[in-house]
Amino acid sequence: MATTTTGAEEVKQKNVWNGGVAPLKASYGKLMMWFFLLSDAFTFSALLISYGLIRYSYPAFYGETSNFEFSQEYWPIPEKVFEAVPFLHGIELPLVFVGLMTFILILSSVTMVLAVEAGHRMDRKDVVKWMLWTIIGGFTFLGCQAWEWSHFIHGTDAGGLMPDGSVFFGANLMQNQYGPPLFASLFFFITGFHGFHVFSGVVLNVIIFYQASVGTLERRGHYEMVEKVGLYWHFVDLVWVFVFTFFYLI
Amino acid sequence: MGELDETTSVSYQPADKSKINKLWKIALILAVVTAIEFAFALILPRGPLLYFTFIALTIVKAFYIVAEFMHLKGEVKTLIWSIMIPLVFVIWLIIALLAEASSIGALKF
Repeated sequence: MATTTTGAEEVKQKNVWNGGVAPLKASYGKLMMWFFLLSDAFTFSALLISYGLIRYSYPAFYGETSNFEFSQEYWPIPEKVFEAVPFLHGIELPLVFVGLMTFILILSSVTMVLAVEAGHRMDRKDVVKWMLWTIIGGFTFLGCQAWEWSHFIHGTDAGGLMPDGSVFFGANLMQNQYGPPLFASLFFFITGFHGFHVFSGVVLNVIIFYQASVGTLERRGHYEMVEKVGLYWHFVDLVWVFVFTFFYLI
Repeated sequence: MGELDETTSVSYQPADKSKINKLWKIALILAVVTAIEFAFALILPRGPLLYFTFIALTIVKAFYIVAEFMHLKGEVKTLIWSIMIPLVFVIWLIIALLAEASSIGALKF
């Protein structure tokens, strides 16, 4: 080939966008995962910015945080809503449980990156080990979220006063003891959409865990699939970082 | 194929301790920043200054996750920019919808 190359072909070969080379130095699959994640980032941005729009258009609670009470008149303070922890009924522990969930997701992100690192070294035993820890972390997070949804839906002992004078416990898409109904709707949509991402991430992780443990990936000669689902899994963690800030902290 | 191969095939290599320690260090940074956010939420009075701090700390965490865990830092520049530049649309949406929100709030309440 090299001996028959003409001048024109040489110019063509030097142009990185004319095919035959990988200008972004990444495989097709990895590249498409990145662009999918970019589009997913837009979806989550739209959800979180819509939360910002609705929250900012509602009246806020003015006054000391300690004097806060649930009301349909203003947007709730999240740390007053999310203060329950399993097995510790009746004790106010603001944000402790979501903080714990954040730690769990960060930890499962580390185990994922360790699986990717083991894949680079063709270390099948380590890939399997760290993928398993990642799956356990994912299921733990999902379990925590299920508990949190259940508590949010069933409500507190005192409940909240509705505009018609009745007392309502918990929240659904129509009524909400914690504040305006839209607060509950946004909670269900944003954390639900994220939770669905975590769930599909766990499913992908289980598939790759299986392929790694039966040796499919080793026979393929590389562990790039671990890297691709790793990108997805880190993205799920990244989204949670933003949900934590904009939904629970601010 | 050559350059288009997904990764070059290598045989088993032992773990590089320093590489793994670096990953755990980043995880520690993320955990500490989260703990700081948690403490600030309980200690500091609510207001624009606290919200700004939260957003800044969130961007710090996002940087570590994207640059180190997703390893975007190690990709070629063209790939980095083709992921980062489209995110200006997000900034546009934030500005547009928050301006809209203050107007809706003024009309409704």
